[in-house]
Amino acid sequence: MSEATAGRADSGNLDLRGDALRVLDHNELFGLQEYVQQHAAKRELEAAPSDEEVEATLAWSRGWEYRELNFAREAVVVNPLKACQPLGAVLAALGFAGTLPYVHGSQGCVAYFRSHLSRHFKEPVPAVSSSMTEDAAVFGGQANLIEGVENARALYHPDMIAISTTCMAEVIGDDVGMFVGSAEQAGALPVGFLAPYANTPSFVGSHLTGYDSMLYAILSLLTKDASPDAVVDPAAGSRPRINVLPGFDPYVGNVREISRLLDQLGVDVTVLGDHSDTLDSPADGDYKLYPGGTPLAAVTAAPGAVASLPLQAFSTRRSRQLIRDTWGQPVLDVAPPIGIRNTDAMLMAVAEATGTEIPVEVTAERGRVIDAITDSHPYVHGKRVAVAGDPDLVLGLLSFLLELGAEPTHILCTPGDADFEAAAYELLHASPYGAHATIWTGKDAWHLRSLVLTEPVDLIIGPSYLKGIAREADVPLVRFGFPVFDRHHLHRYPIIGYAGALNLLTWIVNTILDELDRKAPDYGLDIVR
Amino acid sequence: MTISNENPAVAAGAPPPTKGDVQELIDGVLAAYPAKARKLRSKHVKPNDPSGTDEQCAVKANIKSRPGVMTPRGCAYAGSKGVVWGPVKDMVHLSHGPIGCGQYSWGGRRNYATGTPGIDNFVNFQFTSDFQEKDIVFGGNKKLAKITEEIAGLFPLARGISVQSECPVGLIGDDIEAVAKEQGEALDLPIVPVRCEGFRGVSQSLGHHIANDAIRDFLLGTKEPEVETGPYDVALMGDYNIGGDAWASRRILEDMGLRVIAQWSGDGTMQELASAHRAKLSLLHCYRSMNYICTTLEQEYGIPWEEYNFFGPTKIIESMRRIAEYFDDSIREKTEAAIARYEPYFADVQARYGPRLAGKKVMLLIGGLRPRHTIGAYEDLGMQVIGTGFEFAHKEDYVKTSKELGEAVLIYDDPSSYELEEFTRALKPDLVGAGVKEKYVYHKMGVPFRQMHSWDYSGPYHGVEGFAVFARDMDTTISSPSWDLFTAPWQASQPAPAVAGAGVGSDV
Ligand code: SF4
Ligand code: SF4
Repeated sequence: MSEATAGRADSGNLDLRGDALRVLDHNELFGLQEYVQQHAAKRELEAAPSDEEVEATLAWSRGWEYRELNFAREAVVVNPLKACQPLGAVLAALGFAGTLPYVHGSQGCVAYFRSHLSRHFKEPVPAVSSSMTEDAAVFGGQANLIEGVENARALYHPDMIAISTTCMAEVIGDDVGMFVGSAEQAGALPVGFLAPYANTPSFVGSHLTGYDSMLYAILSLLTKDASPDAVVDPAAGSRPRINVLPGFDPYVGNVREISRLLDQLGVDVTVLGDHSDTLDSPADGDYKLYPGGTPLAAVTAAPGAVASLPLQAFSTRRSRQLIRDTWGQPVLDVAPPIGIRNTDAMLMAVAEATGTEIPVEVTAERGRVIDAITDSHPYVHGKRVAVAGDPDLVLGLLSFLLELGAEPTHILCTPGDADFEAAAYELLHASPYGAHATIWTGKDAWHLRSLVLTEPVDLIIGPSYLKGIAREADVPLVRFGFPVFDRHHLHRYPIIGYAGALNLLTWIVNTILDELDRKAPDYGLDIVR
Repeated sequence: MTISNENPAVAAGAPPPTKGDVQELIDGVLAAYPAKARKLRSKHVKPNDPSGTDEQCAVKANIKSRPGVMTPRGCAYAGSKGVVWGPVKDMVHLSHGPIGCGQYSWGGRRNYATGTPGIDNFVNFQFTSDFQEKDIVFGGNKKLAKITEEIAGLFPLARGISVQSECPVGLIGDDIEAVAKEQGEALDLPIVPVRCEGFRGVSQSLGHHIANDAIRDFLLGTKEPEVETGPYDVALMGDYNIGGDAWASRRILEDMGLRVIAQWSGDGTMQELASAHRAKLSLLHCYRSMNYICTTLEQEYGIPWEEYNFFGPTKIIESMRRIAEYFDDSIREKTEAAIARYEPYFADVQARYGPRLAGKKVMLLIGGLRPRHTIGAYEDLGMQVIGTGFEFAHKEDYVKTSKELGEAVLIYDDPSSYELEEFTRALKPDLVGAGVKEKYVYHKMGVPFRQMHSWDYSGPYHGVEGFAVFARDMDTTISSPSWDLFTAPWQASQPAPAVAGAGVGSDV
């Protein structure tokens, strides 16, 4: 035993004292010899499999045989990329001014929604719960809801309480609409208080369904007097106005970008569900519970707009139907404006619907982004990419990747359905770069692992959950979509429009370049790329 | 740069608040509640009275949260799957029910564990049965049986499966116990049904208890240790190895000459759960979440247990000596030798960070242990806890907490977000320690904040090296110059943030 390892503390930071005190946290501490030995000794007590057994199982799990077994599973879901309905309902509620998300059911879910959204947006997420327990499972949650809205109003003074439901309330069959009436009768809610509600059972659909259900509930309640024949726009000025529906949008920069872009066309925008200020508010020493959201009066006036522009389709299904059928308003069903051609199409649709023209500034902005793309194209061209995420974001990203000459290879969309599959195949098969792609809906990240380990890619694009797969496959991960927990501030940027295309391009090409540098031989560490 | 004593909260010479002052603050804050909730909440918030009887000094605890108030609490499932079972690395923990619960508790807690992910370590995984409507209508038993088969086939080195029930499972009346038994026999694999549906109990707490009971009923005593047992074998209980806490703690015990034969449950294994009954002593860190099983070990196997605290030098040294009392002189000697080695290190940490942190005031709201157990570590740095409370502690936890704190310190049980914000505005602490749901509120207010569930992605905070990390992190956050940026120069006449940063700069 050398002197350096004779005492247990010798290589540890216990001896690095005085001026040299070095604080080692988990990133380095457990690499010290003492801890390496500790872990090895602990393994003896764990009845752990032998190293050979682990190696053999690992090798098998990376192969084709395992892939087939993995894809044959019918029941267990491993690392899925979707969430439950009320999470989406909470996000939708946060898009409206003075609105408190209220989730009727057991309270643990709400703690989870708040922490989940906070981890992505790095922002406070207020939401309250009915805190139903065993007695409510037997007697129903009416008493909880009545006391809950009373307490919530007293403490948080909302203008609107947007009520969704957890599994518990759905399984026991609570009638939230009736309970709201009872709360009015009991005096817990003033008669006519704005309390839209949506049934959001988590055993149906996903966070996207829940988002849509709550948006639908809010829009229907606030525009219940709207009719297709009698639409007037009280806010009508000299400029045409359109409604923009962001959907379940993880990027707070998007709303700001679409408003800026359409302003250049001379179009005013009402965002239906604007969570950009709610989830990106200034730090100025004063915490505001309701720092943003679409003003409720603007929602009431929304049926008078020229048209509605959804930035997502799959999280706005019922809401679009309401706008089209009940408001009698045209809905511009364009592809999500991610990438150049999708943005072009969106702008042309808006210009046509509003009778405006696309100004030279916008064309110039477009040109600058095209210039950037031509600068970067050699590094992206032909790269095999695995893409995972929510349907609209994935469709938009695929379109952009094809424009760059990248080759989408494995496409995973856990909450995707047949419509998504059809749209994705149509897009991919229209391009030589997409011809070999396969699309996986209803599958999870454990499936994706098999895919990238058997048919390798150069790059993975998707949420933070994929970092383990990226490490195992030894390829970089560009964080994209929801949730992104482990990289800061990406969600504050837009990914839509030309500016958004430039952001995406920057993230993708620089990730590829970083990886190139990391793996380059000394002679190939080019100073100019 | 501003100087720290510009902050009124740390102004020298301000008289400490009396119990009367604090009660007045409490009454003022609770006045916003409707009558019924106000009456109930008033029993959960008190000025501390360390000299009082246990009856007097403890706030009411472990009682239902009021609906609609924005409680920080979670549910029993979070206590079972998230806290106790989730860290057991070589088992698959199935979130049984719909998608959400498992999704939101996937990977957020930082229960570090060695092993190969997906092969013999499943901690950072989300296994779920993803219930669909048909499972609710027709029941999920068939699906559960199929799931266990698939797990056995795809993850052959998994040593067992725990079935963590979400709300719907209990409501639709599925017999998961029968499925677990039948499939366990068919697959020759331990399958543990856990009835931790979120509507049971009032917080995570009952989930801890249910999880402990499931270990007792299905695993405890079913295996013998892999090594020949000896007189110095202990079980390390109630450490979830957040950022490596348990590893740092284990090192101290090893320095004392003890051998940890079972680590529950951070970086833990099925084998360690099943063979802990051969330890000579259970050492319990998180009392709230694992006192149940320690009591079982005492009653059924005659194994004594001792609570300890490995946060900060004072409590570490005091705990080490108390633990050593259970053993012979050889252990006591090694313990003293270890303490002698640690002391200069502790002194260095204190010398470096103490002057920067002395006099800083702290408010805490954490789970069931840390609002009590970190008090000593703050005090070791010259800091002072001026308000503390738990999400889901019981009365006995508050009784113990009361003794750790001075008179009139504000104690709150399960405070709503409204209460915590108002108390912070009034007491102007230099640092708030709570969870991610609270974190960003205080960032807006300009109050330095540390996330004290996950250590803000840092750690370890337990153990000797953990104290240095703890001190560094508190200093990093309190001393960050970013708190001085809140007011734009042209707004100079406007009120400053609730609490200005110390502004002494950070050298980390
Ligand atoms: S799946 Fe159901 S029980 Fe789980 S978090 Fe979602 S609503 Fe709550
Ligand atoms: S320390 Fe607190 S949060 Fe952590 S497990 Fe114990 S009770 Fe839970």
